[in-house]
Amino acid sequence: MELLVNSSTSNTPCSRWLLVHALAVFSFLYLPIAVLILYSFNGQGVGGFPPHHLTFDWYRILFADGPIWDSVLNSVQVAFAAMAISLMLGIPAALALDRAQFPGKALFRRLVLLPLILPGIITGLSLLMLFNVMGTKLSLMTIMLGHGTALISVATTEVFAGLQKLDRAQEEASLDLGANYWQTFWRITVPNLKLPIIGAALLIFTLSMDEIAVSFFLIGRDNTLPLEIWGRLRRGITPEINAVSTIIFVFSLVTIVIWYRLRVRAEGGVDIGGELVEDSSTSTLSS
Amino acid sequence: MASPIPPTIAVSASAQSAAKPALLSIQHVAKSFGRNAVLRNVSLEIAEGEFLTILGESGSGKTTLLRIVAGFETATSGELWMGPERLDHQPPYRRRVNTVFQSYALFPHLTVEENVGYGLRVAKRPAAEIAQRVAEALDKVKMTAHAKAKPSKISGGQQQRVALARALVNRPRLLLLDEPLSALDANLRRQMQVELKSLQREVGIAFVFVTHDQEEAMVMSDRIALLRSGELEQVATPREIYSRPATAYVAQFIGHTNLLKGEVQGGIVRCAALAWPAPLPEGPVLLSLRPEHVRLAGPGASGTGVVRIRGRVMHQAFHGATELIRVECADRLLLVVRTASGGVVQSEVELEFSAADAVQVRESPERI
Repeated sequence: MELLVNSSTSNTPCSRWLLVHALAVFSFLYLPIAVLILYSFNGQGVGGFPPHHLTFDWYRILFADGPIWDSVLNSVQVAFAAMAISLMLGIPAALALDRAQFPGKALFRRLVLLPLILPGIITGLSLLMLFNVMGTKLSLMTIMLGHGTALISVATTEVFAGLQKLDRAQEEASLDLGANYWQTFWRITVPNLKLPIIGAALLIFTLSMDEIAVSFFLIGRDNTLPLEIWGRLRRGITPEINAVSTIIFVFSLVTIVIWYRLRVRAEGGVDIGGELVEDSSTSTLSS
Repeated sequence: MASPIPPTIAVSASAQSAAKPALLSIQHVAKSFGRNAVLRNVSLEIAEGEFLTILGESGSGKTTLLRIVAGFETATSGELWMGPERLDHQPPYRRRVNTVFQSYALFPHLTVEENVGYGLRVAKRPAAEIAQRVAEALDKVKMTAHAKAKPSKISGGQQQRVALARALVNRPRLLLLDEPLSALDANLRRQMQVELKSLQREVGIAFVFVTHDQEEAMVMSDRIALLRSGELEQVATPREIYSRPATAYVAQFIGHTNLLKGEVQGGIVRCAALAWPAPLPEGPVLLSLRPEHVRLAGPGASGTGVVRIRGRVMHQAFHGATELIRVECADRLLLVVRTASGGVVQSEVELEFSAADAVQVRESPERI
């Protein structure tokens, strides 16, 4: 009995050590971000500890800074375009992987997922050479194409995972009830893939927003936000950068929370339903 | 407004079903997955308004046959005809056949009501007609109270009713049911067997019901088609399949039986120490004798055509209303006897049965 109590509380040296370790990992991950946010309110620039003269000045400067907002607008455009391109190409690829049988399918599967592990430098460089050969002028358009290409694999993997979980009997039931293949796809398959598609879209959006390697090779006259920040850092760091990073961080956090709540709502419903089924199976069917 | 489902059809469908015109004709259907033959040369006719059960063990090919009729699988060879129309060339959505799936396959993103109305919406029926037919179908399966619920919020038995309503609301000519009761517990299952059977009579639509449960098949069906390793072993009414099993497999699969291996010589059947006259062709013979046809013999002589034998009681199993007694007779012949429950049986018993109750069955051919 003693032993049981001991092992289940957090008083053993082992579990205490694990707690310390967990805290260390946590601070390793989040301390830099906390510092970054803190110094965006620091009146005396990025140096010195502890921060003095807490102020919103840097945010005021940031909101008046035209080039930063131009680059934010560029980045948002690129992210939406990348989202559209990679979903449009990635969803059919996932469908092909899930249900079509064709020679070379295993190879196709690996190749489609390759950009996910390929260094951005290689994707960027090869696209740059391609655009060179084609004589295309580098612009935001080339970055959009670059991000779109690099992120197809994200769309494909997310949607493919969703397809694997989909109960095929549902599609059969739809055909059985008189819906043709096209109607079945739009009425049954797509609604069931809503969550993976939204997830992929959010993931692609955030990945595109902070992508730097591919953008670096394909950049024209207009900067994306990460390249703008990077360019400014070479001229010295100011808390204005911290301020913009803080805004990006908050934005990402909100996106993640939205995504998480969507997921909980979708999956939680099923779970609760499962319990209800157990409870009511005897009482409700005696009618 | 006309009722959504045709009015009650004569209840005496069972006996005459064979005489009615065939609704669906399955002709020489075979199906292989790679080198694995799942169905070989299955021919079967389903009559209008009939309740036909495809009975078989798992792996017998019964679900595959159902999926071929629904259109989810293509037969390797053979044809399907619905009246003058060749069915197997039609995609599933053009067949006037609906399915109740084993997993029910309700659409999780739609409410009960929307699930039931799915087929009508796809067929672009007017909204008022959809609303009315859905309401009537839900009423028929007593699910009106749950019309606005999502499928995940209702019980398994309720989901099953919704799946049934979703299929029937389209007024199919044929309803396919793939082990729809297998997920329910025993009590609910028995109740649903009765309900399903009376619903079928009420709507008058032909049902093809797939199950591995022989009791379920006996209770519900007008006819049973017994499938074994991809071939039909026998197609007959429950009574016929029970009292006149075609093969040893049928006799053993449906109920208990004693299989007697013997020899016919000059009109006399000889089996172990037993011998009785029977009008059977010369040569080896296989006979099925149901346990309830064997009695504990009373004192005194038996009538004509009755075979008597003594034996030692090996085992006695209580089954409620009846008991199964295992008796070892001379020459190691084992007989199982079903008697009404009550009283202790002595260790030595005298048994008798009518020679006519030992029916000849064919040896079931080996199939892999």
